[in-house]
Amino acid sequence: MSFFSFGQSAEIDVVLNDAETRKKAEHKTEDGKKDKYFLFYDGETVSGKVNVTLKNPGKRLEHHGIKIEFVGQIELYYDRGNHHEFVSLVKDLARPGEITQSQTYDFEFTHVEKPYESYTGQNVKLRYFLRATVIRRLNDITKEMDIVVHTLSTYPELNSSIKMEVGIEDCLHIEFEYNKSKYHLKDVIVGKIYFLLVRIKIKHMEIDIIKRETTGTGPSVYHENDTIAKYEIMDGAPVRGESIPIRLFLAGYDLTPTMRDINKKFSVRYYLNLVLIDEEERRYFKQQEITLWRKGDVVRKSMSHQAAIASQRFEGSAASESALEQAAKEESG
Amino acid sequence: MTDPVVADTRRLNSKPQDLTDAYGPPSNFLEIDVYDPQIVGVGRNRYTTYEVRMRTNLPIFKLKDSCVRRRYSDFEWLKNELERDSKIVVPPLPGKALKRQLPFRSDEGLFEESFIEERRSGLEQFINRIAGHPLAQNERCLHMFLQEETIDRNYIPGKV
Repeated sequence: MSFFSFGQSAEIDVVLNDAETRKKAEHKTEDGKKDKYFLFYDGETVSGKVNVTLKNPGKRLEHHGIKIEFVGQIELYYDRGNHHEFVSLVKDLARPGEITQSQTYDFEFTHVEKPYESYTGQNVKLRYFLRATVIRRLNDITKEMDIVVHTLSTYPELNSSIKMEVGIEDCLHIEFEYNKSKYHLKDVIVGKIYFLLVRIKIKHMEIDIIKRETTGTGPSVYHENDTIAKYEIMDGAPVRGESIPIRLFLAGYDLTPTMRDINKKFSVRYYLNLVLIDEEERRYFKQQEITLWRKGDVVRKSMSHQAAIASQRFEGSAASESALEQAAKEESG
Repeated sequence: MTDPVVADTRRLNSKPQDLTDAYGPPSNFLEIDVYDPQIVGVGRNRYTTYEVRMRTNLPIFKLKDSCVRRRYSDFEWLKNELERDSKIVVPPLPGKALKRQLPFRSDEGLFEESFIEERRSGLEQFINRIAGHPLAQNERCLHMFLQEETIDRNYIPGKV
């Protein structure tokens, strides 16, 4: 972007062809605010129009070319000068010349590869954007339009539970279990903690979700830990043989999918931290990595039908059977 | 593969708890009382001792019920031993009160009732916090402090 004190002679803006129908997704900006951007997936075509509007319609605008770029890049906050572009496409819209009136140019980037999900973190940002430029001798007129990309996965074939026995010799032995190792972003962590030996005075137990963002490689690796959630699962002192259930709904938290070694530049990983606190505020903890993935939206049936199915699975009572019937009638009627 | 639209949030299966475990005494019983301050000695060489009584069912302690007499400097000795040998952040002791040892005070100095009570309470808090720490329980100095009649300052430090 370039601004001169006596103002630009033209304005440039980018409009997508499917701006009316395309969904928008919320995404955090660097200063923590949430904004909405057009949502794209890998392989989708990005097409639209670039409008060049002359401020003074009579005055002609000389230029050295008009182009539009589609860029996917990784920015490390401590190394702002170097942007690592992993996607870079360009379309020339006009050859060097001049324009005497406002113009509109069509563009299309067909089936663009968008291999990674958009991410704005503590020390690194991965973004995709369209950049339209009117190239001029002294200063270009440019406009950037950010988009958001989500990467979707399907239910993993292998999704074993996490089950482990841990403890301090002769002091505290527990067996913890989480029903899966890979969870989607709206999933529920179902688990339990079984106490085998309790020789300390426990006050309460909680489960934390920790996000670890790793940037840099080799000797200059930097980890940034952030506790996304703290959820108390037990209040009071347990004894041997007691089993404490865990049911943690992930949809309520600000999570991203697990990102491993993105373009060899950064990683974002998630851990469950089980923490027991005793009466003297001493903390005993066990961290376990989980994989988070993004599920594609399913076309939803009516809510009442879903609720009826859910209640029938657990109860099978007359009331819920009639609710199911009622919902079926409503749907067909 | 059919996607379940509503997540299955039922509890995982777990073994039912044995009733003797559920209603039995907890295996983490540990109580230490610091009480009965007595002034020992005469004149300028007087000092206060306290009764330190420990009751526990933790197997790491040899005696389930023990009673010893300790003075403030014994607590200081224990704190120093633990700070040197274990990786624990040792909680603070109540103050050393050097000013109270100076002459020409209007009150009883070190033997003022309210001061002794304050110190007794601080020592009780200190010993309870430290004795419950799993890493401190491995140190010989703690066991000697709580369960042997006298502290042998020439002992060989080590783990239990």
